[in-house]
Amino acid sequence: MDSPQVVADIREAVRSRARSATDVCRDALARVAALNPALNAFNTVVTDRAIARAEAIDRDPDRWRDAPLAGVPVAIKDNLCTRGVRTTASSRMLEHYSPPYDATTVARLESAGAIVIGKTNCDEFAMGSSNENSAFGPVRNPWALDRIPGGTSGGSAAAVAARIIPLALGSDTGGSIRQPSAMCGVVGLKPTYGRVSRYGLIAHASSLDQVGPIATRVRDAAVALGVIAGGDGADATTASEAVPDYGSALTGNVRGTRIGVPRRLLEQGVDPDVARAFFAALDVLASRGATLTDVELPHARYAIPVYYLVSTAEASSNLARYDGVRYGFRAKGSREDGPARAARADGDEASLQAMYGRTRACGFGPEVKRRIMLGTYVLSAGYYDAYYLKAQQVRTLILRDYEQAFDCERGVDAIAMPTSPVPAFKIGERVDDPLQMYLADVFTVSANLTGLPAISVPCGFSAGTLPIGLQLTGRRFDEPSLLRLADAYERDTEWWKQQPPIA
Amino acid sequence: MSLRYEPVIGLEIHAQLLTESKIFCGCSTAFGADPNTHICPVCIGLPGALPVLNRRAVDHAIRAALALGCTIQETSIFARKNYFYPDLPKGYQISQYERPLAVDGFFDGVGIIRVHLEEDAGKSLHEGFVDSDRKTYVDYNRSGVPLVEIVTRPDLRSASAAADFFSRLRETLVWLDVNDGNMEEGSLRCDANVSVRPEGTVPLGTKAEVKNLNSFRFLQKALEHEIARQIEVLGEGGRVVQETRLWDAVAGRTVSMRSKEEAHDYRYFPEPDLPPLVVDAARVAAIRAEMPELPDARRRRFVEQYAVPEYDAGQLTQSRALADYFEATIAAGAAAKPASNWIMGELARKLKEIDARTTPSPLPPERLAGLIALIEKGTISGSIAKDVFEKMFATGRAAGDIVAAEGLTQISDESQIVGLIADVLAKNGDAVAQYRAGKTATFGFLVGQVMKAAAGKANPKRVNELLREALGA
Repeated sequence: MDSPQVVADIREAVRSRARSATDVCRDALARVAALNPALNAFNTVVTDRAIARAEAIDRDPDRWRDAPLAGVPVAIKDNLCTRGVRTTASSRMLEHYSPPYDATTVARLESAGAIVIGKTNCDEFAMGSSNENSAFGPVRNPWALDRIPGGTSGGSAAAVAARIIPLALGSDTGGSIRQPSAMCGVVGLKPTYGRVSRYGLIAHASSLDQVGPIATRVRDAAVALGVIAGGDGADATTASEAVPDYGSALTGNVRGTRIGVPRRLLEQGVDPDVARAFFAALDVLASRGATLTDVELPHARYAIPVYYLVSTAEASSNLARYDGVRYGFRAKGSREDGPARAARADGDEASLQAMYGRTRACGFGPEVKRRIMLGTYVLSAGYYDAYYLKAQQVRTLILRDYEQAFDCERGVDAIAMPTSPVPAFKIGERVDDPLQMYLADVFTVSANLTGLPAISVPCGFSAGTLPIGLQLTGRRFDEPSLLRLADAYERDTEWWKQQPPIA
Repeated sequence: MSLRYEPVIGLEIHAQLLTESKIFCGCSTAFGADPNTHICPVCIGLPGALPVLNRRAVDHAIRAALALGCTIQETSIFARKNYFYPDLPKGYQISQYERPLAVDGFFDGVGIIRVHLEEDAGKSLHEGFVDSDRKTYVDYNRSGVPLVEIVTRPDLRSASAAADFFSRLRETLVWLDVNDGNMEEGSLRCDANVSVRPEGTVPLGTKAEVKNLNSFRFLQKALEHEIARQIEVLGEGGRVVQETRLWDAVAGRTVSMRSKEEAHDYRYFPEPDLPPLVVDAARVAAIRAEMPELPDARRRRFVEQYAVPEYDAGQLTQSRALADYFEATIAAGAAAKPASNWIMGELARKLKEIDARTTPSPLPPERLAGLIALIEKGTISGSIAKDVFEKMFATGRAAGDIVAAEGLTQISDESQIVGLIADVLAKNGDAVAQYRAGKTATFGFLVGQVMKAAAGKANPKRVNELLREALGA
């Protein structure tokens, strides 16, 4: 197996024909074969399709000469649809489901020359913070196999961290790209809501979900964002704003860039190692000329309850389609296993309801069911105003806090926080305590509630072995500032070059 | 003694909008295709699929709302109506709830509460398969077909008034090309909210919602039955239960479907996959400017402008195409009343014969005007004109051409007619004698003989006059 590479190196090697795309692809597949048994990062490996695509690139180098990801092997979170390739959302409900179409982001990666080598494990329907809620078992953190990789894009983060592939797609509803990226020591970017198409992303919470890249370094995330970003006629919530050249934002110059630090928010519940690494990272940026300033985010402390009201409400509706009627899992044990018998005027409502009940009871895991119940409750007549509506109102207040921090006189360009208050915990450690688990998202959910872009970059290790992430949140569509800051930080540090022992 | 009760009725009408493609995807809306052939990831709710609003559906809905006198809201919001049913692929219907497209209308004497956009569901097929006793199949071709829901105020006071209103509404929607009016195929559907209250009182009684009223006759019968049922319940000292009832056309009665307690909690919330629908004033103005004259206005104008009788105006506005045809005929030079007579008479008969209704008529209005002009000028007689009409209809040739080619021009040379009369009188001495003896009915016989001799081409009026002169001499 070849040593791990970054996107630009692979692309250059393929372009100059120093290496064939097929060779690169076979290497990546060999690394999956070698490492996945320990990591469980992949639900599906797509050997034949990947090699066929790589061969096609090798056959027609002219066509792919300017493709930004020509020959780059990538992994796709298993909640993004891939035509003809099993897409499970790590749920038993979709264990054998193969979509008839590609997600827009997948199609864009492939048109840029990327080779999809597999679908990565995640929390079921992207619900969780540890990747333990997968019907196919937890993903293991490449830095410590007895620990979680973070969630929900744990498989993508672990696969990148283990240098199986240099780039993967994840999705982020409450931190699902950034938190596992932090815990696995890689770069993860959640773009502005509407920057990247959600078409083909299996919905968790539609107003919060956003697809984004996970990479070993900032430059690669910038390339990938440039490829997947932009309006999509198939997603009415995408923005028509032009996509800037993210690469040209990586100037290394952050002199005068103002970074806000919500110190009061960090006073409690942050692991001491995380706090130390976080403040050390701020010093690095300051020494490059960035200005640090305190900001207040008075409503941020409500972010977790608001998030779990809004996201569960939307999820309860988004997951209603998994009813056993058209596709996916249907529970056996009904009078027959053929198509469901619908309610009829002569009365067969009961058998239909029973089919729904059994299918959803057996097809969904416990966390998904917990959230469907929560979400159904908060939308119910008599509770809607007190929960869902109130949550949406507070959501607006949280957004105003951020706008105030960005737009006031001497406003900041980015707000810094640790990505996760704690490093990766042990598998099983928090599974019986959903509230404790939800608190792992305390610093990440605000970016989803506000729709703002946020990036996590590696900024050190806890006790020498567990990665820690620095999170930067920016203005709407100001991914360039985030990438510039993160890239500048990366230039002055070596964290991103650290590889887990397993790699 | 028993109280007299007054029914109070409001309608909820669902009308499919006549767009080529569905409301949130590009699939065809054509009716009658093989099951599940007009479907895609969006309209069967595959994981990851997202809705994108069809602009034309919005335009149609605005047109309907304007015709119903509604105010179009600048911002309306799509919402999810959540419930489980096999024909509802996403487990929710995208509709509008708190902020509908249009509000506060008034049409045909009835207040309109709201007009909103939503998607239709698929269709459960309970019958027609060999295993229908065990299985239900679902056809998703209809899933995602655009609908407007029109909700009236409870302003209707009888079953027949409700049926009349629904009929006027249907006429208008069809007139606007917003809906095809086809109730059998389900493209226009109606539910009714019905209550009764003692005559002269104000508070509303407890209502029942009656569903499945897919024809005017069913609507009226179901309402009549439901009103009678509620009055009977109250008359026996009982209470009307708030519930949803289904019209059973075979049994001729409404039956309880579900009570208020069993009613769905639809858990409406704003649809996060669609931005708010913004319709600016300019768009509304543009649509309003292009709105056709509505049937009522056109009826009144026909009476005023063309001095046709009310009856004619009503007949001529049975459809927009027919009314257009009438006006085009006039524009081509025909006088209004003859045009009206020909359109309501011969044309309607022929169109019915070929089952073409009115569009497109195989006979262009200019041709009909040409025929009428020949009659007015006296070139052909009325009876000849009917033959010419048949030929025109069949061949599309101009009336003048047919008349010329077949030598049907009326005999205008009086000496020729006088000659024919002389022949007839010479050959029918008996009849002439009877006439002169006072048996005036014989006159008609003699006219017939002259016309026959003229092969129908003589002007009957002139024949009358000349024959009277000849007999008087």
